[in-house]
Amino acid sequence: MNLSRREFLQVLAAAGAAGFSLPASARLGAAGKNPSDPYELPARGNVSILHFTDCHGQLLPVYFREPHINLGVAEMKGRPPHLVGKALLERYGIDHPGLLSHAYTYLDYVKLAEHYGRVGGFAHLATLVKKVRDQRPGALLLDGGDTWGGGSGTGLWTHAQDMVDAQLKLGVDIMTGHWEFTFGADRVREIVENDFAGHIEFLAQNVVDVDWGDRIFKPYTIREMNGVNVAVIGQSFPYTPIANPRHMVAEWSFGIRHGEMQDTVNNARADGAEVVILLSHNGMDVDIKLAQVVDGIDAIMGGHTHDAVPAPLEIKGPEGGTCLVTNGGSNGKFLGVLDLDFRDGRIRDYQYRLLPVFANLIEPDPDMARYIEQVRDQEVTYDGQTFNMKDALSEELAVSEDLLYRRGNFNGTFDQLICDALMEQVDAQIAFSPGFRWGTTVLPGMPITFEHVMDQTGLTYPAVTRNEMSGAMIKEILEDVADNLYNKDPFYQQGGDMVRVGGLQYSIDPTRSIGERIGDMELNGKPIAPNESYVVAGWASVQEQPAGNTGRKIWDVVADYLRDHETVSISELNEPKLRGVEGNPGVSSV
Amino acid sequence: MNSKRRVFLKGTLAAGTVGVAVGAGLLTPSTVLASAREGFEAGSVSDALKSVMGSDSHDSGDITISAPELAENGAVVPITVESSLTGVTDIAILAAANNNPLTSSYKLGEGTKAYVATRIKMGDSSDIVAVLKANGQLYSSSREVKVTIGGCGG
Amino acid sequence: MSSIRVRAQLSDGVTNVRALISHPMETGQRTDSGGNTIPAHYITEVKAKVRDREILTANWGPSISRNPYLSFQFEGASSGDTLELSWVDNNGDSDSTQVQIR
Repeated sequence: MNLSRREFLQVLAAAGAAGFSLPASARLGAAGKNPSDPYELPARGNVSILHFTDCHGQLLPVYFREPHINLGVAEMKGRPPHLVGKALLERYGIDHPGLLSHAYTYLDYVKLAEHYGRVGGFAHLATLVKKVRDQRPGALLLDGGDTWGGGSGTGLWTHAQDMVDAQLKLGVDIMTGHWEFTFGADRVREIVENDFAGHIEFLAQNVVDVDWGDRIFKPYTIREMNGVNVAVIGQSFPYTPIANPRHMVAEWSFGIRHGEMQDTVNNARADGAEVVILLSHNGMDVDIKLAQVVDGIDAIMGGHTHDAVPAPLEIKGPEGGTCLVTNGGSNGKFLGVLDLDFRDGRIRDYQYRLLPVFANLIEPDPDMARYIEQVRDQEVTYDGQTFNMKDALSEELAVSEDLLYRRGNFNGTFDQLICDALMEQVDAQIAFSPGFRWGTTVLPGMPITFEHVMDQTGLTYPAVTRNEMSGAMIKEILEDVADNLYNKDPFYQQGGDMVRVGGLQYSIDPTRSIGERIGDMELNGKPIAPNESYVVAGWASVQEQPAGNTGRKIWDVVADYLRDHETVSISELNEPKLRGVEGNPGVSSV
Repeated sequence: MNSKRRVFLKGTLAAGTVGVAVGAGLLTPSTVLASAREGFEAGSVSDALKSVMGSDSHDSGDITISAPELAENGAVVPITVESSLTGVTDIAILAAANNNPLTSSYKLGEGTKAYVATRIKMGDSSDIVAVLKANGQLYSSSREVKVTIGGCGG
Repeated sequence: MSSIRVRAQLSDGVTNVRALISHPMETGQRTDSGGNTIPAHYITEVKAKVRDREILTANWGPSISRNPYLSFQFEGASSGDTLELSWVDNNGDSDSTQVQIR
């Protein structure tokens, strides 16, 4: 069944509900972990935190497919978030097929996406936030960052103003950041000091100036909620100057800074905090380790790794306390709700739900919907050209015969399309495309619009490059990126996925160490020779003056390719041959 | 993917070392060194320690090294060494994988705490080794700092 | 203007010193755009004193970063005492500065 707006309104009227009742045909299993109404969530306790993260500038509802490969190694093997598909559903007792199994996994993706429709969107999120907040007086709304992009045309062209005003309308109380910093330190400061002043606190305990090490942002804030003093600490993405261009934040230094984190927790407690919440952009594995080494954090509202984890992990701290570690998914798909019952000096009980935002099941907030329409239907000047954003984004470039998606440890089909476009458009033997975890999904048969291309490529350093590289250097790059993904110590991980490759084939054993993971490198059936030279195309170099800059931007390269081809299909996905991961529940064949 | 950065660096580093830090001091023996400074010419942690501390035999001790797990910039890696040991007279900080591992050594006066922070250049991922002399005895600790290509994250 | 910027703050009997020095710290391993070797030029020694008391002597090699940073802590000083910080480099150049402990 494809639930239309009209049908939905009819169901709604019949139910006399406030916009949240589900039609019987869309209902899941009757009780327990498969609730009849996923949005029916009575409050519990006296401290409530609402959390969304990594929406990547998606103001409108989108399709977003969860990964079928999200491998954990060493102690992370099989531990959330490193479970995919059936393994994830089994762990959390979720039935398939159903609304929740579709929200949390890739299983039967196309069929269920056609059935349940799009996810996210700020107008729908706004309605949900209002409903959940109405039941929870004083609840705080936390935004984990990656809200201003990457992966959005309107964000890029308005220098994030589209999202800044949406955050203010939504009623965000506190945020931290990562991709926000790719708009440059000056722009971040301007927004924090002007737009956000008196409305949204931007917190980060781990961003300091490079000279003296003084903090740039406030590290924490204390808010009183129903008589309980709740501290929220901010933790921005620790590896921003490594994963993204350092020159954009040249005067700022980041890092995990777990020693300073302990000091910050202690200071907050000394200031009277009874509950300590960490709003983190570390990524889930880093958050789990942080909870193991830092004492006194009650809950971590986590993001960055885009893991849709249905329930918190209860992690024991160094002094025996328990920290709830959550991760809130991405692309506006989810709203996390944490209720704590704090009495007589300690947390007695908690309730957590990661609510999927299904656009067909939630009435859009009219005010936010009007705002989104107006902000998109706007003329902007970018890169010397003046155009209407909505018109530009709606251009239909080609039709996709296959499902196009990105998320997963290795090439997604949309990555492969980007790599194909790079190789053809700039005449290269091999293409590299970054292992970003953002980028929306296109269903088979749908037109690929310029908006889809911007969802996958819209960032502030879009230069396409073409360089000659030796085989040895190519191996070294793959080894380096693989170690950032699979280092057995999460503090040494950067949190993206593996670099996507076109042309090149290889094998990988994630369980080994740097220098030993990558093998069997081939191009067109011939082994890659260490001393031979290959022409490699890429994009999103973090250098200020990228070597081999072709002068073209990635979205133009992909759009031109699509206009040339009219229809695209990805017959065979170029995934590496996996070794050493037999029985690992973080991988599943599609 | 920031493969281009590596290409650029390869082109600028005559030594061909897999250094990511631009001009990070891929250290071969310097030309103007007094004999007291020969530790800076040593090619190994052991030789450097013999020179600067008079011995390379050391026990593990209660020493904390604070450093980023991943270097943001191989040319500027902040390192802090501190210890609760008493009677500390000397501290040395070494980057084991640099061609010349010794980065710096410190003589502490009486009443000076066993605490020093500085910023060093690293040519490649390396263990950072801190060695303290307390009451004539050497103690050490080490910690890995990764120098990575970067890019691709998020 | 001095090449040294220094902050010395007393708290609970411990003086915390943080200093930044403007210096190229050239390793002697780099070449300029013309292919010529840029000569080694780096600080070899930094000394810290309060009156005649030697607080710390740092011996540096060329792998200390450009515009070096140094921080250390010591006991036994009073507010208003003068801390003197000086450096010498491999060319024999030097500089020093004084700061009141606050």
